[in-house]
Amino acid sequence: MTHAAAAPHTSMGLDNRKLAFWAFIGSECLLFGSLISTYLVYKGRSVVGPYPHDVLNIPFTSLSTFDLLMSSLMMVLALAAVQRGDMKWGKIWLFSTALLGTVFLGGQVIEFTDFVHKGLTLQTNLFGCTFFVLTGTHGAHVTVGVLWLFTLWVRALQGKLGPANAMTVEITGLYWHFVDVVWIVIFTVVYLIQ
Amino acid sequence: MSAQPEQRNAHPTVGVYLRVAAVLVILTVLEVGVFYVPAFRPVLVPVLLVLSAAKFALVVMFYMHLRADSRVFSFLFGAPFVLAVVVLVALLFLFLGTLTLRGAAGAG
Repeated sequence: MTHAAAAPHTSMGLDNRKLAFWAFIGSECLLFGSLISTYLVYKGRSVVGPYPHDVLNIPFTSLSTFDLLMSSLMMVLALAAVQRGDMKWGKIWLFSTALLGTVFLGGQVIEFTDFVHKGLTLQTNLFGCTFFVLTGTHGAHVTVGVLWLFTLWVRALQGKLGPANAMTVEITGLYWHFVDVVWIVIFTVVYLIQ
Repeated sequence: MSAQPEQRNAHPTVGVYLRVAAVLVILTVLEVGVFYVPAFRPVLVPVLLVLSAAKFALVVMFYMHLRADSRVFSFLFGAPFVLAVVVLVALLFLFLGTLTLRGAAGAG
């Protein structure tokens, strides 16, 4: 564990893992920017239904949004606990974050299944195509985040995660918060602005 | 030649995290609220965009620590983000312009 404390730094004095991860997040901005652009460009151009107002369930998605926001809070609480060496609460918050991420994914599965039952699939119309690609890509990112969080939690249970590895938790948090901010945009652009 | 770490890395306290979470929840409730209030229909899009931008900024500044971290990280995130927004706006103008021209040609 003490080896991890000697974090490698770049010539700028910054942690190289964090620098690389911010560059990765920058590239992800462009990925989601292109998917959101595609959704907006094709918005309102479906020639057959179902249309957004036929299928979108705002109260249900609002709960999913609340769930993801709370998971972001759990994530920063986990980081704060690990940084101060309080691994008991570090484990609890890490597990809570992963659990709330899993709940979000469950909600997305329910939503997608409901849409398919209402006749909206990837091939139905432009709305279905752009909606499923955008929210599906986001869901895939959440899935990766949940797996990452559970892995960290298991490592914490094994005693392999401590204050010396706080940067690992911080980088996981960066990914998780990015997934959250992407959802903030998707919730507004796709669900609320119909 | 070992460089001194530039990052200030002064992360917010737990109290700040909780206050930010409370503001995020309030903003989300406002978003959903204005969606259902008919009086907001004329200004729905700008209001929702402002509320969404506020939530985005809060998470990025406090939870992702960009407010206190090195400016290099802000650049690595901010530059692609601005580029993505510019591409989005440009595409919308291009496609809306094409539609308008087609509409005018059809009417003519």
